[in-house]
Amino acid sequence: MKDIKIEGSPKTPIIEFNPSTGYLLVRGRSIPENSIDFYKSLIDALEAYNINSQPDTKVDIQLEYFNTSSSKCILDVFKKLEVINSGGSNVVINWYYEEDDEDMLEAGEDYQAIINVPFKMIEVEEK
Amino acid sequence: MDNIHDFYNKMEKGNIMLSFKGEVTSDLLTSILQIMESKMETLDESPKIKKKVYNILVECLQNLYHHIDEDDVSTIIKENSALFMIKKEDGEYSIMTGNFITKDNVDSLKHRLDKINQMDKDELKDYYKEVLNNGEMSAKGGGGLGMIDIARKSGKKLEYHFDKVDDYHYFFSLNIKVAQ
Repeated sequence: MKDIKIEGSPKTPIIEFNPSTGYLLVRGRSIPENSIDFYKSLIDALEAYNINSQPDTKVDIQLEYFNTSSSKCILDVFKKLEVINSGGSNVVINWYYEEDDEDMLEAGEDYQAIINVPFKMIEVEEK
Repeated sequence: MDNIHDFYNKMEKGNIMLSFKGEVTSDLLTSILQIMESKMETLDESPKIKKKVYNILVECLQNLYHHIDEDDVSTIIKENSALFMIKKEDGEYSIMTGNFITKDNVDSLKHRLDKINQMDKDELKDYYKEVLNNGEMSAKGGGGLGMIDIARKSGKKLEYHFDKVDDYHYFFSLNIKVAQ
């Protein structure tokens, strides 16, 4: 399986996924007009990963902003992780939010309520 | 040429920070967001307000973009045109948008906005989760979440108005105030 390495842009986040270590990072801004196209490669990669997953899968989500179009795609990513978690891998999702950013904390809690995967809320200092 | 001066004074009096009228494209969105970001940087806003305003801006502009993009191309040309303004008055930000919509869409949009305006914070949270989890996404990536998200983040009721343009068109005005 191939790694995914997508560089960040003003409207899209950095995405790094390494199937041989079971590590996924999404960091930056996710505000593309069409997020379905952007997230497709990651969703496909997670689907392939589920067939041959690592015992542990660690996910770091460090988003500064995301639009509602991305919010559906992020949910799709989490739903793939939910399947992986109920299969052969223990998944942990770390949701980072800056102190004072109640909106980002609430967004994490929304996902936590929908998705059946261990979710950790991690507060970080403002940049 | 007196009009330009009047125009300037009106905008100055209205505390308009930025305004745009015309077709909303992806590149334009990127530019407006960059301009607003650097403006808020120089105004030394708190990170919390900066993020809220930026988030709401993104949703408002993308609403305009998706709306225009999905419209029937056979309709009048001015339907592609939208108005966007942002103002800061007494420390409070307002984001205003205006665009043409077809008469057939007025009732459903009004119904959606009224439904959102009747909800309190917790109801909006539940409604957001419901639409996020069950709602269908359009081919362009709009998911019906935009207005709910704007209402949640702004913390205020969505102010809107429809003006009749002709037998088939209305002008839809939306004013989003951002709670401090």
